[in-house]
Amino acid sequence: MTPRIDITLNVNGSDHDIRVEPRRTLADALRQDCGLTGTNVGCEHGVCGACTVLLDGEPVRSCLMFAVQAQGRRLRTVEGLANAEGLHPLQQAFTDHHALQCGYCTPGFLMLAAGTLERHPDIDDESLREVLSSNLCRCTGYQNILRAVRAVRDSRRLAREDAR
Amino acid sequence: MKPPPFRYHDPDSVEEAIGLLGRLENARLLAGGQSLMPMLNMRFVLPDHLIDLARVEALRGVRLEADRARIGAMTVQRDLERDAALAERLPLVAEALRWVGHRQTRNRGTLGGSLCHLDPAAELPAVCAVLDAVVRVRGPGGERQLAFADFPLGYMTPAIEPDEMLVGVELPLWPRGHGHGFAEFARRHGDYAIALAAVQLALDASGRIARAAVAIGGVGPAPVRVQAAERALLGEAPTDAVLAAAAAACREVEAMDDVQVPGTYRRQLAGVMARRALADAVARASAQGT
Ligand code: FES
Ligand code: FES
Repeated sequence: MTPRIDITLNVNGSDHDIRVEPRRTLADALRQDCGLTGTNVGCEHGVCGACTVLLDGEPVRSCLMFAVQAQGRRLRTVEGLANAEGLHPLQQAFTDHHALQCGYCTPGFLMLAAGTLERHPDIDDESLREVLSSNLCRCTGYQNILRAVRAVRDSRRLAREDAR
Repeated sequence: MKPPPFRYHDPDSVEEAIGLLGRLENARLLAGGQSLMPMLNMRFVLPDHLIDLARVEALRGVRLEADRARIGAMTVQRDLERDAALAERLPLVAEALRWVGHRQTRNRGTLGGSLCHLDPAAELPAVCAVLDAVVRVRGPGGERQLAFADFPLGYMTPAIEPDEMLVGVELPLWPRGHGHGFAEFARRHGDYAIALAAVQLALDASGRIARAAVAIGGVGPAPVRVQAAERALLGEAPTDAVLAAAAAACREVEAMDDVQVPGTYRRQLAGVMARRALADAVARASAQGT
């Protein structure tokens, strides 16, 4: 075993002081050292996207970076989506549109969609399809996931227009 | 599916990184990790030391000069894709980047990482081939430059010594009004290309092709320039027959068989991708009113 390194991960606004081997992937550190098991691990080699988290607001695959590399960055995981008032609009939309069955891929899709809509609130359908095509789902057939994300994009757009 | 144990080093300068490379046995450089991490997770590579370049700020960034773009090896693909000044002078780069993995991987993957990994199906090496990129490599003895044409030594083997590292790439600019084209065929978007073509064209005042560069990737062990195609284009008006002749030349490149498809199919696709990329390049070149 190689010497462990003390690091601090900032996840959903809270600091987690953990001690990890350098080879610990960010996905495993989140799950096993921070106790945040919402982030799922599917393929562990960058193919499925189940492990997607936000790194300084940008979606990345947490199985494709080491925990030590995430020091000093702001991480967000699926645990940070809901708040005291209830589910995040994307979570609600996934439920309403039947965008999950077994739910294994869902945390990854939610974080991918959350990061994308924050950066590109007006993303068009084709670009959205391209972005979401990076993650795998073996249950839903994808159409309902697309519907759910489009619904959130559209309702936010309406809300913005109403506010004007 | 867990990476093997290694010692972790995170230098903050190129000098320090090269010092570590020279001193440590069985060390690997870690750029964005989007290819190396899967290989570590699958234990295809077993380094004793990993030298993470993420903190070497000097290796990041795009600088546009009068005749070339200088790009640091650790420039993240997504930053390259969003660089407006580069997109204006060499739009091929951003267009090709849309095909590189997915947005999540482009948020981590770097230009230098892709070039050194040198996957035969990767887009960025083909872009460097078609643009006559100059590659800057530094080692204990200082820096040397080489033409990208001399960079691939063979299948996934860049011309870099074990104690050297890629520090940057220079892309010579094309005249304003040139046309570019990029076409790729893969099973699904984001998958490895089965064949891809990258094209740059410039027309003279009479509408004839004054300059042409055509590269094919994904077909042989490394991307190649197709000189026969370029010869078929030079000095000609870009008619359908001329473009078809150039595309036909692209079907002659060396091709690999693999589990996905036979080499003959790759060759056929190389011609089709070249035809599409050429058509786009011509349309864009004339559209700019050269
Ligand atoms: S677990 Fe990370 S991409 Fe599949
Ligand atoms: S809901 Fe089962 S994998 Fe997507």
